Amino acid sequence: MPERNVVEAINNALTEEMERDPRVMLLGLDVGRLGGVFRTTSGLIEKYGASRVVDTPLAEASIIGASLGLAVSGMVPVAEIQFLGFTAQAFHQIGPQLGKYRHRSRGRYHAQVTIRAPFGGGIRSPEFHSDAVEAQFVQSPGIKVVMPSNPYDAKGMLLEAIRDPDPVLFCEPDRLYRLYRMEVPDGDYTVPFGKAVVAREGKDVTLVAWSAAVELCQRAAAKLAEEDVEASIVDLRTLVPLDVETLVNAVAATGRCVIVHEAPLSAGFGAEVAATLAEEAFYDLDAPIARVASWDIPFPPASMEHWYLPSVDRVVEAAKRTAAA
Amino acid sequence: MAETRLMTLQPDGKLLKGARPSMDEEFLLDALRWMLLSRLYDEKVIGLQRQGRFGVYSPGLGQEASIVGSSMALDPERDWIVPQYRELMAIVRHGYPLEKITATYMGKTTEATRIPEGVNVLPTQVALAAQLPQAVGLAWGLKLQGKDAVVMAYIGDGGSSEGDFHEALNLAGVQKVPIVFFMQNNQWAISTPRSLQSATPSFSLRAAGYGFPGVEVDGNDIFAVYQAAVEAVRRARAGDGPTLIESVTYRMGFHNTTDNPSRYEDKEQRADFERRDPIDRVVRYLRSLGLLDEQREDNLRAEVSAEVDRVIEAAAAEPGVRPDGMFDNVYERPPARVLKQREQFRGSNGNA
Repeated sequence: MPERNVVEAINNALTEEMERDPRVMLLGLDVGRLGGVFRTTSGLIEKYGASRVVDTPLAEASIIGASLGLAVSGMVPVAEIQFLGFTAQAFHQIGPQLGKYRHRSRGRYHAQVTIRAPFGGGIRSPEFHSDAVEAQFVQSPGIKVVMPSNPYDAKGMLLEAIRDPDPVLFCEPDRLYRLYRMEVPDGDYTVPFGKAVVAREGKDVTLVAWSAAVELCQRAAAKLAEEDVEASIVDLRTLVPLDVETLVNAVAATGRCVIVHEAPLSAGFGAEVAATLAEEAFYDLDAPIARVASWDIPFPPASMEHWYLPSVDRVVEAAKRTAAA
Repeated sequence: MAETRLMTLQPDGKLLKGARPSMDEEFLLDALRWMLLSRLYDEKVIGLQRQGRFGVYSPGLGQEASIVGSSMALDPERDWIVPQYRELMAIVRHGYPLEKITATYMGKTTEATRIPEGVNVLPTQVALAAQLPQAVGLAWGLKLQGKDAVVMAYIGDGGSSEGDFHEALNLAGVQKVPIVFFMQNNQWAISTPRSLQSATPSFSLRAAGYGFPGVEVDGNDIFAVYQAAVEAVRRARAGDGPTLIESVTYRMGFHNTTDNPSRYEDKEQRADFERRDPIDRVVRYLRSLGLLDEQREDNLRAEVSAEVDRVIEAAAAEPGVRPDGMFDNVYERPPARVLKQREQFRGSNGNA
């Protein structure tokens, strides 16, 4: 079976889906001639032409607004916002417009739009490029928020996103883009939304994460194992829909939970996870829920980002404290 | 003001010297009927709103030529309208049944009152200019699929200050999509006058910055509005790309039923536009041709008024909302959490 990294998995998904469904088109800044700033769309304009792989003007609101109109016309647009932090300039077209279009039209119109957006720290990118603002879109009913953490899921969840009749924000962990390869089959498969996965089994403490933070938790869990603390890891995969059942069962199994995310602590999606556990798993908890997140300050200059982002040491420390409590 | 403002029919009901009417007499009588429907409907539902039977409403009073004349250039079978919110009779003429819209204003927001299948109209938009990038995408997609369709997107002088206006017109120019941007410059964005909206002498001039033509028309002259719209639709259909039409008119009513223009309106400006009323102008013209007399005009008004009454009655008879209907049509594939919340709501509300 072929091995692919996240960039290759995404490129493979887009290629196969454009081949399968002639309605699928890509649009965004630099997605055509350059193949995307991370090369996720490399080679596609050559295969499918400039009318299906479109270099748009530098204007995020119209990339999303036009995608909505394209969807109404019968196309299946996959829009790229070059970095999730840049969605601020398209926020109105995403949450209030795309998210509500089916509802506002009382079901007459669908908004089958996928928005791909790389995000996250750890790659020393310039200002505004690293912001983990996924929780903003959880507060936008109608939008599904999808956070793959590995190459296999990236392909399967992207295919699921493109085919989902509802609008999907597909957040790509740019730190993992070329970190490693894993088996990613050729051909069609999808990873359903709303199905979290236990990415590692362990009896002492449950780490809950999504996107690149899952990889961080894997490293932390390996280190914890050296100190005889066995951590399990729940990869939520999608924030909307949220798989409450898998989450609750995995936390109840250890009675201890540490939530890890790159977004700032306050009102990050970890707060929703903690509140859900308080409602659904309170009597199974043996220790207070801990959160390891970025600080409640702006993303700092790249040279300081390792002090800002959750680290292996911070996760290990929180997990040991929680396991011992 | 642009170098030329297209006008054919003068406020006194006489054609400008050398000008030819853009509509034949039968078509003009149809246009008059639509304009009267717009006006009489507005007058009647404002009354209903004051009685608490109708929602917040933005009338098209004074803008009837602009609203009706623009939409008459479209073919409802193949063309699309992307409205803002003050173009009611444009979308009705295009096929969205007036009783369904009326029912919505009367609180009956259900699937039964949505835009019917086959009617090429998008939902009204009150987040101004947000509809424009969407309209461009629609026109773009129709073009990519080889459909012989033109999109007419409405905007106002106020909405043109939004960033989405710029992004949409820019993209439309680059992709050369079949679209007409129809701006009703009614001089007001609630209380903010046109002079505080932009320093441009004419909004139509902005089109040059996007690489397509802009036209300024007397928006209270149905012939001029229709002529400009027909030409813009022709260009779009021929593959020549977008046009921006600035239709200079005046909001004779109010922003909406919560507004009170006496706090800010310029009396002289209003009086000036009163003299240029779009309906009076057509009536004078038709009378001068001997095509309309007092009796016939009265009959027409009575017919239209009866139609408005019938529409309101039909709307009142539409089924009402179910409380849990608010959960409908948010997602095609709803998250389990939302379904659970709906169950919870049903339980608490006794609405199974």
